Amino acid sequence: MADVIEVGAARSDAPPPAGRLRGRGVTERGHRATPYLFLAPYLVLFLVFGLAPILFGVWISLHQWDLQLPNRPFIGLDNYQDLFSSDSAIYGDWWSSVRATAIFTVLSVPLLVVVPLGLALLLNRSFPGRTFFRAAFFAPYVLGVAVIGLLWRFLLDANLGLVNRLLGVVGLPSDTPWVTDVPWAWVSLVGVTVWWTCGFNAVIYLAGLQDIPAELYEAAKVDGANSWDRFRHVTLPGLRPVLLFVLTTTILASANVFGQAFLITQGAPGEQTRTVVWRIVDEGLRDYDAGRAAAMSVLFALMLAVVSIVNFRLFRYRED
Amino acid sequence: MTSLRQGVRYAVLLLITAVFVTPLIWMALTSVKTYADAQQDPPSWLPHPFSTYGYDAIINNTANPVLRWFVNSLLAASLHTLLVLITASMAAYALARLRFVGRKLSFALIVGTLFLPPTSLIIPNFVIAERLNWIDTLTVVVVPGAASAFGVFFLRQFFLSIPRELEEAAVLDGANHWEVFTRVLLPLSKPALANLAVLSFLTNWNDFLWPVYVLFSPERLTLPAGLGLLQGAYVTDYPVIMAGAVLASVPVLILFVVAQRHIIQGVSRSGLKG
Repeated sequence: MADVIEVGAARSDAPPPAGRLRGRGVTERGHRATPYLFLAPYLVLFLVFGLAPILFGVWISLHQWDLQLPNRPFIGLDNYQDLFSSDSAIYGDWWSSVRATAIFTVLSVPLLVVVPLGLALLLNRSFPGRTFFRAAFFAPYVLGVAVIGLLWRFLLDANLGLVNRLLGVVGLPSDTPWVTDVPWAWVSLVGVTVWWTCGFNAVIYLAGLQDIPAELYEAAKVDGANSWDRFRHVTLPGLRPVLLFVLTTTILASANVFGQAFLITQGAPGEQTRTVVWRIVDEGLRDYDAGRAAAMSVLFALMLAVVSIVNFRLFRYRED
Repeated sequence: MTSLRQGVRYAVLLLITAVFVTPLIWMALTSVKTYADAQQDPPSWLPHPFSTYGYDAIINNTANPVLRWFVNSLLAASLHTLLVLITASMAAYALARLRFVGRKLSFALIVGTLFLPPTSLIIPNFVIAERLNWIDTLTVVVVPGAASAFGVFFLRQFFLSIPRELEEAAVLDGANHWEVFTRVLLPLSKPALANLAVLSFLTNWNDFLWPVYVLFSPERLTLPAGLGLLQGAYVTDYPVIMAGAVLASVPVLILFVVAQRHIIQGVSRSGLKG
């Protein structure tokens, strides 16, 4: 990303063409206020719903902030302390949701990085029907999580669902509790997510693959490289920035999982598949403890920031 | 030998296609089954008899006004898309073409929030929306999402890729910034604007978490938020639930068929920023 920004910045910093400066308050071609007027409509939205909430969230987290009570006393870091002290009421629920999110992320990210790459490689060469297949693989992604949640709750229904019935038809066990027991609930959540979003990552990989110069493959061929060698020494290095992008965005997306668990497993068994985001909104918006929920959000954002930074470091290190 | 390899390739591709598409076909088929038909074991693929039971149940339903949700979603997604196009394109113009004090800082702040998961702002955003008296209104599912940095960033990158010559010619003809923006730059940016429009519409139409927690009145819900209620009310009455799911899928699937190029392009371009 840095490259693109630099190029853009350098360009806009270029000195204005000579002879266009018209005196006080009027720059290049227009009034000094013009840029701010162009920026203003978005800036209002951004300040109110993009920037202010970051600071406001931290502020809320330092208070005992019950949405239904007028009094919101300042309590310093108490909300954070509660999340770390095992004798607080929220401790168990919070860390159980962190555990659920970690399990989901660790299981889903490798699949969401590798499977779409396989699909992209299958579709990379031009052949009749390529556009059709790409559309078919991408189709689930255009549906919202509400639709795919309802659909898979049905397909994975232990008694009425298509999955168990098809397994029964081919003579496999047909009574797997896909949405009500572990480890099946994890298999379901991860499987559905891969099915739902892998077309998205595949399209991003495809764009990256198109950018690798064909000459590199030709040269490798001339040097006697087989297809595995070409994948390892041409495709993978060429895809590195795209891989980093996919990895980073996929980790963030997986860590923010909500709808699948809310609709498909509904947290079951017990609350084992209740994720962090779900815990945060329930704590804040259902139980009205916005202070504690805000503290969870801040802590969670910090955790994700650490993961992203580690991620960037690892990849950059390998590049050297 | 090559034809054999080709055959294997197509067999693999068709198998994968079946995995992606069968669930969607099953959804559509179940939505036109009777309750009893949907309970059959082993399952019957084709509806027998063909029935509008599921759709009848959701169309004249006062407790779950699904058609109302549909209209709400359509309104919200359209207004949201319009808001994003206007505000993001104007801001992107300023950031890509104009020189002003604070440009670098504002761009850095805007891009910085791209890395922040929107869910981490949900609590403060709720409190802000509450203070604005927006909770349980259409506004709350239209406006806050437009603060996303994606559109601004996306259009700025596109504007920077357009050569400046045409704009400079317009300036020599005496055009001001607004004229350059609306008559030169925007017409040249139609593909990127279409990409962004389609992606914004999809995102808003499909949004789930936020509407579930900021909308309460049955007649104010958007379709995804309403589908959650439908699931609670009909539990295993799958033709009814699938009819609701089909209703929520049809507009975006049509959009996908009609504007596939824009969706794929938009996603590819958003990836290239990496």
